[in-house]
Amino acid sequence: MNGFTGFVLRRTVGTAVTLLAISVIVYVVFYATPGNVAQITCGPRCSPEQVHQVARQLNLDDPLFLRYWHFLQGLVAGQDYSTGTSVQHCSAPCLGLSYQSDQQVTQLIWAKLPVSLSLVAGAMVLWLLLGVGTGVLSAWRRGRFSERVLTGVTLAGTATPVFVIGLVLMIVVCGELRLLPFPQYVALTDDPEQWAWNLLLPWLSLALIEAAAFARLTRASMLETLAEDHIRTFRAYGVGERSIVGRHALRGAFAPVIALNANNVGSAIGGAVLTETLFGLPGIGQELVHAVNVVDLPVVVGMVLVIGFFVVLANAVADVLYAVADRRVVLT
Amino acid sequence: MSLVEVTGLRVDFGELRAVDGLSFRLEQGAALALVGESGSGKSTVASALLGLHHGTGARVGGSVRVAGTDVQRASDEELRRLRGGQAAMVFQDPLSSLDPYYAIGDQIAEVYRVHARVSRRAARARAVDVLDRVGIADAARRSRSRPHEFSGGMRQRALIAMALACEPRLLIADEPTTALDVTVQAQVLDLLRTLREETGMGLLLVTHDVGVAAESVDEVLVMRHGRAVEHGPVSSVLGAPAQPYTRELLAAVPRLDAPRAGSTAPEKAVLEEAAPQGAVLEATGLRREFGRGKRAFTAVRDVSLTLRRGETLGVVGESGSGKTTLGRMLVGLLEPTAGEVRYEGRPHTGVNPAVQMVFQDPVSSLNPRRSVGESIADPLRARGERDEGRIRERAAELLERVGLEGAHYDRYPHEFSGGQRQRVGIARALAADPRVIVCDEPVSALDVTTQAHVVALLGELQRELGLALVFVAHDLAVVRQVSDRVAVMRQGRIVEEGPVDEVYGSPQDPYTRQLLAAVPALDPEAAARRRAERRELAAA
Repeated sequence: MNGFTGFVLRRTVGTAVTLLAISVIVYVVFYATPGNVAQITCGPRCSPEQVHQVARQLNLDDPLFLRYWHFLQGLVAGQDYSTGTSVQHCSAPCLGLSYQSDQQVTQLIWAKLPVSLSLVAGAMVLWLLLGVGTGVLSAWRRGRFSERVLTGVTLAGTATPVFVIGLVLMIVVCGELRLLPFPQYVALTDDPEQWAWNLLLPWLSLALIEAAAFARLTRASMLETLAEDHIRTFRAYGVGERSIVGRHALRGAFAPVIALNANNVGSAIGGAVLTETLFGLPGIGQELVHAVNVVDLPVVVGMVLVIGFFVVLANAVADVLYAVADRRVVLT
Repeated sequence: MSLVEVTGLRVDFGELRAVDGLSFRLEQGAALALVGESGSGKSTVASALLGLHHGTGARVGGSVRVAGTDVQRASDEELRRLRGGQAAMVFQDPLSSLDPYYAIGDQIAEVYRVHARVSRRAARARAVDVLDRVGIADAARRSRSRPHEFSGGMRQRALIAMALACEPRLLIADEPTTALDVTVQAQVLDLLRTLREETGMGLLLVTHDVGVAAESVDEVLVMRHGRAVEHGPVSSVLGAPAQPYTRELLAAVPRLDAPRAGSTAPEKAVLEEAAPQGAVLEATGLRREFGRGKRAFTAVRDVSLTLRRGETLGVVGESGSGKTTLGRMLVGLLEPTAGEVRYEGRPHTGVNPAVQMVFQDPVSSLNPRRSVGESIADPLRARGERDEGRIRERAAELLERVGLEGAHYDRYPHEFSGGQRQRVGIARALAADPRVIVCDEPVSALDVTTQAHVVALLGELQRELGLALVFVAHDLAVVRQVSDRVAVMRQGRIVEEGPVDEVYGSPQDPYTRQLLAAVPALDPEAAARRRAERRELAAA
């Protein structure tokens, strides 16, 4: 399939260019940020000499383009860092060392990414099931009492902040009913069962928020499709309502749902900070917020690049799904 | 018992009474056409026959019996058995009437399985059967195609195949050929006739086109404002109409065999003497490509033409023939890939105030958020007029010139009917004091009576202002009525060009002959003659 190979190639090149552009922007923004980075990194009790030493060690006095050049070198060829007493080798692709902990950013990402991916993957399954299911039901029952109840519930879902839903869930499920222990992250590779039980509440609270948007979108696009001419054709041929709604109208909701899902997955990888914080999940979002607060440039760049990569990836997957769902779409 | 019995049918949409006390019968195997202009309620009647107004908020009164089912009182289950099983409907727009996501064969099979207790595989085989029956070549393979992979004519055939699948006793065709080119229309009408002869099913045809009705049915019911105006055998209603409205409608229908109304020949002679060469607009070797690389497509190739002072040049062709692209290049809206357009002997690049355009769709070619006066004022402002008082005065003058009122300046497009909007479009084109107006399908979106008024207005303006017109259209009869000379386009080329009487009277190119034979005739006998001609041409 030549068209598909071409598509993958073009997308890969596009992704690389996008990510490089993102890294440049982050560098420029941080360069322009006021405040003494060396002072923040060293801590409030450091003497001017110590601050000066930190600045030299982190190459903070170098001009912007030189620092970015080092970053690119590390990315392509790897780099050695002296951390006072020892020399640490960071192999390519090297995103540098954290100003704060001297830990390699790549290692940091590998530690945080599984948490974020676990959270988003499970939540995605739930929000699709809940959201699309509710949407189909309310499109089918349009104008009836049950539809109004569903619309009310989804509206309430959108309007409630995640920490309210999450807190209520935790208090009721873990506190009052004692059905589950208070969540604590367990790696999938360590214990799949505990992984799932512990992530159930975070999944649910993230999904409940997102599901509302899916329900409304599914309902709206299905109603739009239901008003189209080809639906009239099938009605005029005596095709039953169940088949019209479930087979023909639902298909029309595919494209917008795929698009919204790509968007949500991409942004939830780094953006589910509230959920991560509430349930004590050490994910990308939390780490990014922390790194921004302490002006830990290499970590910020690394995390932003990971998030950017997943946003681009989610959209590419969405494009492929479009083309599978609708044969009129040509991948370019 | 008749196949269809409609008694005192009334349909109300809110305050609007779309159908008002209509009664008619259709016997088994007979064919009836409901003819009327837009808003006459004809499609509403067709939907009422299948009970499609159920649950839409429309109020339906009177009684409708189709194939023994009382549609008004039938349960959902009875209605479902009627729909498709006893009475099947073919809709106007064959693209939007099929589900874009599923293969055509699957859609037909799905409908078939609603009415016949058969396996998926048997239903699929039936779908291939009926597709083959309506003339889809290689039906087994093509049944796996999605609607967008079919041409307009094939899609309409596929819809007819869907209708045939359950062997209904009644076929309801709602404007089945309106979206199709004239040669494809002729094929579809011939197909409907053949199928009716073979299966003995009844046909209820809904159409705005009197010619299409004359080609296909035995009886005509003319509708206006939801009521029956005249009802009878096709030969008497169309041959000797009793009602004034029917006469008006028939008089407005452009005829292929009628010479041009109100010929301007003497005046033209004067004009030509005044300017011996006579050419206002000349195109030489025009070519236009779209896209690049493998997707490159040549819309117009090597077209040369001359437009003389004060004459009307008709450009006629089917969809995709390149006539709109040619029109746009003539006014400078599109750069030709090769060749040039000369106005008064000088090459003209870009837009020239002396060469204006009137567009096809009077709805989308006016900005809905601006008053019509402002739209007309645009060309004035573009020429540097700054005095608001003079702009208003001139725009009001132009509005009156095209048969509207100066006071309409501050009204918005949605307050006007289609014909009035097209008049606004003409006023806008006149605002720049052009010498040449290119009209791209100026009347194809209008009802025949409105069409006749707009065509008359264009002729009047031409005589008074000495305009040269390029009249681009797919309707051969309209083109004959307005043109002095005509160019026939096919696949980006002009295949035949000449004085209109010569081209229509003794067409030289086989394609022109084919086109002319495809135009529906008003008189059933002439229609039979053209059918025979079409068969001959097809055999040749």
